[in-house]
Amino acid sequence: MIVETGHFALILALFVAALQGTLPMIGAHRRDQALMAIAAPAALIQLALVIVAFAALTYAFVTSDFSVLNVVQNSHTDKPMLYKISGVWGNHEGSMLLWALILSLYGGAIAAFGKNLRPSLKVRVLGVQSLIATGILAFILLTSNPFTRVVPAPINGNSLNPLLQDPGLAFHPPLLYLGYVGLSITFSFAVAALIEGRVDAAWARWVRPWTLAAWGFLTAGISLGSWWAYYELGWGGWWFWDPVENASFMPWLAATALLHSAIVSEKRDSLKSWTIFLAIIAFGLSLLGTFLVRSGVITSVHAFASDPTRGVFILLLLVVTIGGAFALFAWRGPSLKGSGLFQPISREGGLLLNNFLLTVAAASVLLGTLYPLFIDVLELGKVSVGAPYFESVFIPMMIPMLMVMAIAPFLKWKRGDFLGATARLKIALIITIVGGLLTWSIIDRASAFAAFGMALAIWLFIAVLTELAERIKLFRVPLIESGRRLLRQPRASWGMTFAHAGLAIMVAGMTASSAWRVESIQVMKFGDSVTVGGYTYTLKDVREVPGPNYIATRGTFIVTQSGASGEDDALTLYPEKRTYKTRKMTTTEAAIHPTFLGDLYAVVGDKDEKSGGYVTRIYFNPLVSWMWTGALIMVLGAGISLSDRRHRVGAPAKSKIVPGSVPAE
Amino acid sequence: MNRFAYYTPLVLLGVLAVYFAAGLGRDSQTLQSVLINQKVPEFSLQPIEGATKGLSSADLKNQVVLVNIFGSWCDSCRIEHPFLMELKEKNIVPVYGIDWREVNRQAGPRWLKKFGSPYTLIGDDPKSRGAIAFGVTGAPETFFVDKQGVIRYKHMGPITEQNWNDTLKPILDELRKQ
Repeated sequence: MIVETGHFALILALFVAALQGTLPMIGAHRRDQALMAIAAPAALIQLALVIVAFAALTYAFVTSDFSVLNVVQNSHTDKPMLYKISGVWGNHEGSMLLWALILSLYGGAIAAFGKNLRPSLKVRVLGVQSLIATGILAFILLTSNPFTRVVPAPINGNSLNPLLQDPGLAFHPPLLYLGYVGLSITFSFAVAALIEGRVDAAWARWVRPWTLAAWGFLTAGISLGSWWAYYELGWGGWWFWDPVENASFMPWLAATALLHSAIVSEKRDSLKSWTIFLAIIAFGLSLLGTFLVRSGVITSVHAFASDPTRGVFILLLLVVTIGGAFALFAWRGPSLKGSGLFQPISREGGLLLNNFLLTVAAASVLLGTLYPLFIDVLELGKVSVGAPYFESVFIPMMIPMLMVMAIAPFLKWKRGDFLGATARLKIALIITIVGGLLTWSIIDRASAFAAFGMALAIWLFIAVLTELAERIKLFRVPLIESGRRLLRQPRASWGMTFAHAGLAIMVAGMTASSAWRVESIQVMKFGDSVTVGGYTYTLKDVREVPGPNYIATRGTFIVTQSGASGEDDALTLYPEKRTYKTRKMTTTEAAIHPTFLGDLYAVVGDKDEKSGGYVTRIYFNPLVSWMWTGALIMVLGAGISLSDRRHRVGAPAKSKIVPGSVPAE
Repeated sequence: MNRFAYYTPLVLLGVLAVYFAAGLGRDSQTLQSVLINQKVPEFSLQPIEGATKGLSSADLKNQVVLVNIFGSWCDSCRIEHPFLMELKEKNIVPVYGIDWREVNRQAGPRWLKKFGSPYTLIGDDPKSRGAIAFGVTGAPETFFVDKQGVIRYKHMGPITEQNWNDTLKPILDELRKQ
């Protein structure tokens, strides 16, 4: 019964969305207040209905209702509660429902908090958002219904793919979707602005917090996914340039560009059509990602079970949504003239360069991801583009970006003084050179390239600190005064400081962990020791340990720092190999001990029948935790910036017209 | 900016959409297996640096073997590698390697030196000669070649204990019987 309620609610939501996407739009066009007034309540009703549908599916998973096909395919009574719940979105149908939920959630947020928004703009934003929802809900109901029943109901289900039964991955999809589905709002804002033919500072001020929120979630989601790959796949890597990873990375690059160009649009009344273009592209790439992952056009490790019908549907959705937006853009774009002029060397210039590099980087990732498909369609054979392509194309673009990122905040709006800015970065430059050379000389096996990467990270980090010091006039006014200034810094600038510093830390982590990883693979018997990265690992034993729905082969390593004496400093690592009962699948659970300088990483493999020992893999991954710390700081930056009053939804207090109120006629 | 420039995104999207539409109908799996049940085309690959013998089609005769396409740049090969080592150590089936598209001549040998070589013979394949002979689409890929030198099965992606036991081992047993 509850399942049918969910199904019915979803059908109702589709109708509400269709109405919400049309009537208020007509109303806004004809200035018909009554029709316009439908938008906000409709958005809330649509949200409520999708929540009911989502709750119904969750209920079916939690109670292990095996009369529902989706539950049969993805759940099992043995599964711990957390994974019963995460099983809801651990499959194609359920994850599309989550997609729709988040889409409606953002629409509902605009309806609820958009009180100060210009009424016609608000109605159009909600209208566009709802048109997207109409497409997605129709897609779910027509091709991917999660509520399909199965008769007779089996006694138990197939359980969830064990690789997905992991706390990190349980929260990865919701965060990721909050990110890239969140870009739908900026897209709706862009399309609404194109329909109105008006992009002003107020518009940009509205777009920024939403972009920022989506960007923060996306950053968190991608990092969590990367972290999962790092500890779950058991070989210490954290990024694979897999099509599915690229699918979330491309919107991130576009959103990062959008975040910066929206600042120029707001503060300088410039780069308007470019900002609009980026807003369309960012969501377009999100939809493209959805298409790639679910249509089967591209082979990937983590693609969903593919189905060409779904592919055709999403492709249509993509073409209609993004094609429509681009057509509007072609029509209205040229009239969006900005008034702010600027010199190439200026804050705007720096941000524009950042935008250029990010966009080209996104385009090159797109090309690499789609290239195999192009070649295939042209009957030129099958190729695979591996990491070498992405690394050789992507990294050279990030180098100038990191360099400029350090300098741009020192430049003034309109016309900056490049020499003056670099002069203020003297100290940073000196520290960078010394740091780079030190890295190169201290670490044996340090390649010039890796040392350069570390130098870049240092350069950015010190420049961020220098910029903060400049703002609080450190050492130029008494310390107390500097302290006061520090406290008075607007949260938005703290946001930038955090995000940029986080990236610097992340770059250091990426460089070090790629360049200086130490690994050792061997067969070990009990009592055998091996030294990796300055730590000695002794295999104590390997035992079978039962888990809730798996049996684990658990190794015990005693690890001591080489040279340290006594058992006091010893730490114990317990890597596992889990065999899941229902799916007969094994997963590797690496044991990781993070330290400031690097992660101790141990994996236990199969028994070697010949010698009676176990295959073990031990890594020392330098500075890996810096990547996650950096990502966390970036997300924190987004959060701090969002809490800035200037960003708080409804910032311009001028317009006091209450939307939805219908004046007497 | 030129008015026309504003149409570029729309045009590009159109081109992209055509490709996608064309790509949708294709089943990647069947297309790739055109060489199945055909004799391995003649090829001869140079040895990798440090080795004396390369790999040629003549080496793949008289016994059932695996031919594995790998590269030091290929992350999934790294995942697969321990299992190939196991195949070698337990003497289950000989594995021949094609070291595909290395950026330089040292990269492959260095990788093998670091992790160990599971291969009986290795051919260096910077120009995709061997890869084309097998109709390779990406790395890692592994082929069963039977006693007559005929390609009998193609496995895409890393070999794991699970897919070995479920699919590949039975094929090996079957081919050995023939």
